[in-house]
Amino acid sequence: MNPELQGRVFPPVAPYLVGREKVREFSRAVFASNPINLDPEAARAAGHADVVAPPTFAVVVQEATLAQLLAEPDGGIDFTRVVHGDQRFSYSRPIVAGDELTATLAVTSIKSLGGHSMVTAESTIIDAAGAHVVTAISTLVVRGDE
Amino acid sequence: MTPVLTELTVGDIVAEASFALTRDSLVRYAGASGDFNSIHYRDDVAQSVGLSGVLAHGMLTMGLAVQPVVDWAGDPARVLDYQVRFTRPVFVDATDGATVAVVARVGAVDLEALIARIDLTVTFNGATVLGKAQARVNLA
Repeated sequence: MNPELQGRVFPPVAPYLVGREKVREFSRAVFASNPINLDPEAARAAGHADVVAPPTFAVVVQEATLAQLLAEPDGGIDFTRVVHGDQRFSYSRPIVAGDELTATLAVTSIKSLGGHSMVTAESTIIDAAGAHVVTAISTLVVRGDE
Repeated sequence: MTPVLTELTVGDIVAEASFALTRDSLVRYAGASGDFNSIHYRDDVAQSVGLSGVLAHGMLTMGLAVQPVVDWAGDPARVLDYQVRFTRPVFVDATDGATVAVVARVGAVDLEALIARIDLTVTFNGATVLGKAQARVNLA
């Protein structure tokens, strides 16, 4: 892996429009049964504009930024050797159906440990008004040669 | 009813659940998330990279493990921050599936910020599969 990736900030990816049915589909896939995830009426009764996405939904928005990282020509990351090490989501407000979200990736850390490399990538996700919604942080482990 | 922060004690179990995963669950998650890595539905591909067979997406395990916390808190919007470390794979047998068990305990209480940290113990076949699995929950 190219150590010069550290500190690199990528161009924002195309905006992601959060659809109500996508939120419901994702909710069912992660065994979410809370009506606020599934039923617009229940969500509105709880003070939300529409159904609220589960806490890990931001990974769907983040995915395009990680694809940028893996495709970086001088990155030197062999995606067949990549294992997901850590994941974190830090919210300023929940994701709600109807949001238009834009993610921007920054590589915050590159480390080597016993032949493996670890890259920490932080995707900052903002809404159409430019306000912060969530930061998704992934640490990917790139296994060294066996 | 929202849980009352001052009634929580570090170590209290606030929620427990177990989830029966099948290959169908993995296909459903692949479609919903867009993660179509074939190690999550093809044994031959999983075995070609040294795994014993198909395993669950780590993000599926992370996603379901927080659901007992969401139900306890009453609203998914109360989860402000959620992190895990992926420590062991969850292998999902084609016929028997896999059962993932979750125990959620109070890890810390912040009476000024009105936030509870809930620590998750997530196990498959008696071994933990997530490390440092913590959700910060707004109980204001």
